[in-house]
Formats: sequence, C-alpha cells, structure tokens
Amino acid sequence: MTDKTVSLPEERRHGSFIKNNLRNYGMLMSLIAIMLFFQVMTGGTLLQPLNLTNLVLQNSYIVIMALGMLLVIVTGHIDLSVGSVAGFVGAVAALLMVTYKVDYTLAFIICLAVGAAIGAAQGYWVAYFKIPSFIVTLAGMLVFKGLALAVLQGQSLGPFPSTFQKLSSGFIPEVLPEAGTLHPTSMLIGAVLALGLVYASAKSRTREVSHGIEVEPYAFFLGKSVVLACAVLYFTYLIATYRGLPNVLVIMSALIALYGFVTRRTVIGRQIYAVGGNAKAAGLSGIKTERLTFFTFVNMGALAALAGLVFAARLNTATPKAGLGFELDVIAACFIGGASAYGGVGRVGGAVVGAMIMGVMNNGMSILGIGIDYQQVIKGLVLLGAVCIDVYNQRR
Amino acid sequence: MTAMLEMRNVSKSFAGVQALRDVNFSVEAGQIHALVGENGAGKSTLMKVLSGVYPAGSYEGTIVFEGEERRFRDINDSEALGIIIIHQELALIPLMSIAENIFLSHPPSKLGVIDRDEVYRRTRELLAQVGLKESPDTLITDLGVGKQQLVEIAKALSKRVRMLILDEPTASLNEADSAALLERLMKFREQGIGSILISHKLNEVARVADHITVLRDGRTVDGIDCRAEPIQEDRIIRSMVNRDLAHRFPERSAKIGEPVLEVSNWSVYHPIHPDRQVIKNVNFGVKRGEVVGIAGLMGAGRTEFAMSLFGRSWGTNVSGRIALEGHEIALTSVAAAIDAGLAYVTEDRKQLGLILADDVRKNITLASLKQVAPGRVIDDIAELKVASDYRSRMRIRCSDVYQETGQLSGGNQQKVVLSKWLMTDPKVLILDEPTRGIDVGAKYEIYCIINELAEAGRGVVVISSEMPELLGICDRICVMNDGAFVGEFPGAEATQEKIMRAIMRNERSNGNGAVEAAEMGGSQP
Repeated sequence: MTDKTVSLPEERRHGSFIKNNLRNYGMLMSLIAIMLFFQVMTGGTLLQPLNLTNLVLQNSYIVIMALGMLLVIVTGHIDLSVGSVAGFVGAVAALLMVTYKVDYTLAFIICLAVGAAIGAAQGYWVAYFKIPSFIVTLAGMLVFKGLALAVLQGQSLGPFPSTFQKLSSGFIPEVLPEAGTLHPTSMLIGAVLALGLVYASAKSRTREVSHGIEVEPYAFFLGKSVVLACAVLYFTYLIATYRGLPNVLVIMSALIALYGFVTRRTVIGRQIYAVGGNAKAAGLSGIKTERLTFFTFVNMGALAALAGLVFAARLNTATPKAGLGFELDVIAACFIGGASAYGGVGRVGGAVVGAMIMGVMNNGMSILGIGIDYQQVIKGLVLLGAVCIDVYNQRR
Repeated sequence: MTAMLEMRNVSKSFAGVQALRDVNFSVEAGQIHALVGENGAGKSTLMKVLSGVYPAGSYEGTIVFEGEERRFRDINDSEALGIIIIHQELALIPLMSIAENIFLSHPPSKLGVIDRDEVYRRTRELLAQVGLKESPDTLITDLGVGKQQLVEIAKALSKRVRMLILDEPTASLNEADSAALLERLMKFREQGIGSILISHKLNEVARVADHITVLRDGRTVDGIDCRAEPIQEDRIIRSMVNRDLAHRFPERSAKIGEPVLEVSNWSVYHPIHPDRQVIKNVNFGVKRGEVVGIAGLMGAGRTEFAMSLFGRSWGTNVSGRIALEGHEIALTSVAAAIDAGLAYVTEDRKQLGLILADDVRKNITLASLKQVAPGRVIDDIAELKVASDYRSRMRIRCSDVYQETGQLSGGNQQKVVLSKWLMTDPKVLILDEPTRGIDVGAKYEIYCIINELAEAGRGVVVISSEMPELLGICDRICVMNDGAFVGEFPGAEATQEKIMRAIMRNERSNGNGAVEAAEMGGSQP
C-alpha cells in the first residue's frame, strides 16, 4: 500500500517537483519580481515602512472581498455587485453611527448582517431560481449603488466615532517598552508567527513521512521554510519600524488563514470545489449543490460588508462614490491568482497574491507618476497576460 | 432495377473497436429500405459514413451514388447530392418559427436581405407537402414532438432530396403521429425518393419496408426482400441477436437471501413535459446477494427509473413506495438515498460520475467525506489511506491517487466511480451500463467486482443494453419497455430471443398499453 513509496533518482525528483509546483508558485514569483522592479524603479520608496503600511491599508478591503469572490468563482459564478454592496453598507454604517448615534459595535454587527442578507437575496435567485449570477449581481450592482445614493441623499456623511476609525487607521497597542523606532510587540508577533509557520510545516512533513507519503525533497522544504520565515520577519520588521501592525492587517491575516483552512481542509471547502468542478456529478454524490451556492453568496455579502466598513473607516466618511469599481479589482485579483472562469479551480493564496500584485502595481505606478490613464491600460494588460499564461499552462 | 445507392465493403473502426466490417448495403430509387439491429450494431455508424459525418478516408470501402463513386468530405457534400439525414435528436431551434427553422442555412434573399414573402410562400408549400397544418410563424417550442418531426422533414424537402435517412423517427411519437409519418414516407416512395428507415419497431418496418437489412456487430447478417417473401419477425429477431457469447463471464454461485429493496407502484413523470408518464406504476425488487438485470432498448425508461429511485434525481411528480430491508422509507434527496444505503453508478461517467479535473483520491471520497473528516475537517492522511486502499483493491491503474481522473482509461475511471460508491457501503447498488466504452479485459474485472458485491450480501441491479452481458452475470432479468416491465426471466432460462420477443410484443401493442397506463397514472394521487 502506501508504505512503499517509489524513490526516484534525486535529480529527477527535483525536476518533476519544480515542474509540478511551478503553477502554484508562479504567481508568487511574479509578485516578487514586480515588487523588486518597483523597488528599484522608485529608488527604494516602495518598501519604505510608511509606504508598505499604506500599501496594506489601501488594499485590505480588496483582499477581504477577494476571499469571498474566490469561493463564488470556484462554484462557477461571479458577483458584480460587491463594490456597490460595500458602498451601500458604508452608507448604512454612517447613517447608524453618525446620524442615529448607534453604538459602533452594534452598528458593526448590523452592517455585517445587512451584507449577509444582501448576499442571501442574490444567492437565492442564483442558486434556486438558476438565474445567471452575472445578471442577478449586475442588477444588484445597480440597486445598491442607487440605494447608497438614496441613504446618503447624495451627500458625504461623517466623521465616524474615533473607536470605529481604529478599524482601519489603528495599530495594535504597544505593551512592551519601545526600542527606538521599532515597535517590539509587533516584531514579537512577527517572530512568533514565522516560527509557528516553520514549526507547523515541519510537523506536517514529519507526519506525512511517518505515513510513508511522498513529500517534497528535503532541500526544497528547508529552502522554502527559510525563505518564508525570512520574508515574514523582514516584512514585520519594516512594518514595526513605522507604527507597528495595523489592526486591519491582523483581521486580514486571520481571514486569510481561516479561508485557506476552510478551502483546503474542510468538508464544505471540498464540496464547494466539487460543485464548481462538475455540479451534476457533485449533486449525484449527495452534495446539496444549491445550498452551497447560496452560502457562497451569503458569505460574499458579509465580506463585502466588512470591506465596506473598513473602507468607510479609512476615509472616515461615507461617500456615494465609495466602492465604485471595486468589483473589477476583486475579480481581477482572483483570476490573476489562477482561479478558473469555468469554476472548480482557484486557491485562496492565489487570490491574495493576485490582489497584492494589483495593489503593488497601483502603488508603484502612482509613485512613479504614471497617470491614472495608463495605469488602467497596464493593469488590463497584466490581467489578460496572467490569464493567458494560465490557460496556456493548462493546455500543456 | 439498378441501385441508386451502393455501399461496398465498408469497414470502420474506432480506436481498435471494429464498428463496421465489410458491410454491403444498397438502396434503389423509390424504395423504403429498413435497417434494423440491436443498440450498437453499427446502424448509426453506417449512416454517418454515408452522410459524410465520417469523411472519406476515415473508413474503408466505396460509396456509389447515382452511378458515380463519391467521396464526401463532410455533411454538406452529401446534402448537395440530395442525401438528407434526420437524426433521432431533432436539430431544430426551439425559439425560432417554423419558417425560420426550415430556411435556417440558405434563406431565399435579395442582396443579402431575407425575402420574407418568398420564405413564407415556400414554407406553406412544404408544410402542405408533409401534411402539417400550422402557420409558418408558429414557434417550434409550441409544437408537439410529432409535428416537430414533420418540420424536420419539411426542412429536408426544402433542399433537393434524392434519399431520406430517418433515424428512429417514431421513437418519441404516439400511434397516430407515427402512422401519419409512415404514410408520408410511402408518398415519397411514389415520387422516386429512396428512404432508409432505422427502427426498432418491427411492426412499422413490416408495414412499409420494401427491403430489410439486419446488422449485427457491424456486419450485415441478413437481407430480406419483402416483396418476394412474407416477413417473419422471428427470423429478424433471431438475426438481430443470434451470436456466440463473445465474452467470458466469471463463475458465480449465488446465495440469495431476504429482499433488500422493494419498490411498488412507482410512477414518474417527465420533468419538462409533466403530462408524460415515463415510468408507469411499476413494481420491482432485489434480494440480498442477488444480481438483477434490467434489459431494454434505448429510451425504455431504465435510467429514468433508476435515477428517480436514487433520491428523485430525475423526473417530477414521483410517487410510489420504496422499502429497504422491509422498512418503508422516503428518499427525497440524493443525500437521503445514500444515507439509506442506495448507490447509483451513472451510465455517463464523464458528465455525471466524475469530476475529471480532480484527482482519484478526491473522487473516491466525494460521496462519503464524513468518514475521513471527523468534525467536518478532512484528515488528509486518513483520506489518502482509504483512497490508496481502494486503488489496490480495485486494481485501479494510475500513477498515484493524486493523478487526475480525466487522464485515466475508461475502465479505470469506472473503477474509481465504483470505489466512490463502495465507500458509501451501500445495501443496494444500481449500475447503469457499467461496462459502456470499456475494453474486454476491464469488463471482466468489472464483472468480478459485481460478483464480489453480491457475495458480500449486497443487492445489485445492472442496467445494460448488452444482452449477453446480462445473460452472463444476472440471476434474474427484468425486461423494461416504454416505462413498464414487460417480462421477467430467471437468469438460467433467459435467452436473447426471449428478451427481444418480450420487447417486440410490447412495442406492437404500444398505443393501447400506453393509454391505459397513462389513465391509471392519472387516477393516482
């Protein structure tokens, strides 16, 4: 059975390993290349602590929505309404907190519930009425853009209570004595995280080896762990020398970890991929395909609401234009990250990397002074190129 | 009289499977030539060779049409000469009108603008010719299947027709529509048009055919000139099915126990045409350790019956009772059916059975993930062990369980599907065409697996269009036709001729039988 792993010559194993994993790591390599490119072109501005912190803050809401969008795309659907929903929820938040002085925790919960309800309403038509998601969410896009305008009566509404602003502009509190410009608490968290990641992957590798499962060659494992740990440490160091870890980064990281776990390791995650891969076969295997589709939309609505709250908190005001065009960045992030437009394929890590590629390019090109006009042209071409490479790789 | 069409020594093979061997086939002008044979005998393949679907060069042999040797590159070439084929599945666009459908490819036009008056005038002419009283404006979707068939024929007539090929034209028609269609065919004969009629309904064949050719296993095995000698259905049936049992079947000693699945008064209606009763109040049962075969022609309702049992995954207005191990249960969803101990291995493993882009492991565990996921979190090592276990038990040939199922051969794909269902530990397995598209060696392995399943005390139902297979592996064979069971034989007593005769007897009395069954169904709550 499994305890007789075929041992290939070391060299061939490395070769086949690289080939098999190129697709998974290809986009990560592209992200690193793009970061290096802008780091050089901007004369080191890109990775300055201040800019890096801004980069995280600017893209957090895209990443948060990309997590939900990935699931929607994996089931073979699309959600065009997320930008409008985010904007609408921001408007509702302002109405509650600014106009009606509702407590921010309660308002926060109400807003997430509103988002989930919107997702449920759209998911109902898609899952049970079999109306194409493109149409349902296109309608939703118009409806919620209009409702946001109506709620705000065309005006901006703000400012938010200062505690609520902390959601986006706050940093984790410093509990240790400060050491110059470095924030030791953040650095400590980063170090613990780096060690934890290495420990977890080493443990899972040992477990697999003990069950006789073929694993990646040791050299690769070691190299990967070292690179990963160093990257995490360096990144936290940069962030820690400015003002420490932003609150939103903590939320975002927790969500990425959660969704990564759900998609890879849980029954519901596996079933979502099965529905996207072959809905009929999944249905005949006892999977409740409609219900799953419905829940991916509910989830998307809640995450769009969260993103709307983060965005509103960051601007410290709800404007009728909030959320405009977000859906395009979010969808692009998923496709750049390797999700398939036909469903069934896509990884959380890929979507996050895709969102970061878009974010770094936005940021880098702005620093370089490239106009908004050509920024869009370049982003469009990158999206097309990334998907072309992916399609080419799959045909091979 | 010289032949209008002559196909000489035609042979055609697909990836090592010989579909046609040295077939000789000729049709005279003004002749209705019936082509009969079992499912998979090569009838459709022969017609696809004739119409150019399989282009010249992809088969051996020659086609002579109206005195000249022809080499058709595609279907347009044969249509240009007036050879028109009407397929079993109608190729009409439902939301377009009759007129638009008839003149879809070459509408009469002036300077590229469709000449509507001319379209309507000619459509009316054609509709009169086929005897269809409908406005050219009527949408196809508003017509019944019988009338749609007539529109197809009108469409064929809009082109220059010398030879008309009809593939099972009456399969979905009622008695009156069928009669009208055959009447039409006889009119064409008077006009000198040659017709090839592919049909399972021997009574219809006997009524109109001038000549009958019987195909079996890709060979012409009999030719009957109906004008010279009286038609003997027995002779046709014998020609259709009589062959040596080419396959070997594993030895089997059945230990049959208590009934495990009992279905009574089961009735199912068509999901799109809810007034059409597809399964007509049938009773059915399987015992522990028993292999029961369901024989029947394509479209008899076997798959629909099986899928409706399996958590109502087909049909609407499903009624009747199911009892598993003596306890009556309601299986309203696939998940409920699986939990109760029912498994259904689909006939279409690529579309309905597997997620081809996923690996062997994920496909095997898909229907029983809970077993390897304590607390809804998948234990990937437990999953891997289960999958590897099935891989070695079922002898699935793959590089490892992480190989994509899309890359496996048909036989190995089928073993993956079987593994998936075995993992659910079913009490009853329904296998729908379990060896379709599988090579002989893998078939034998599948038969062995079926034996093992029965020996382990499970009830096994095998739906198959290959009669020798049913005869070789089943303890009991039920014959289904037109949504009802029309015969039942113990495995030892069953022969292909008996099965075929049961089907043909039912086909003949079809009209009345269908009406009675529908009335009975209508009075059910």
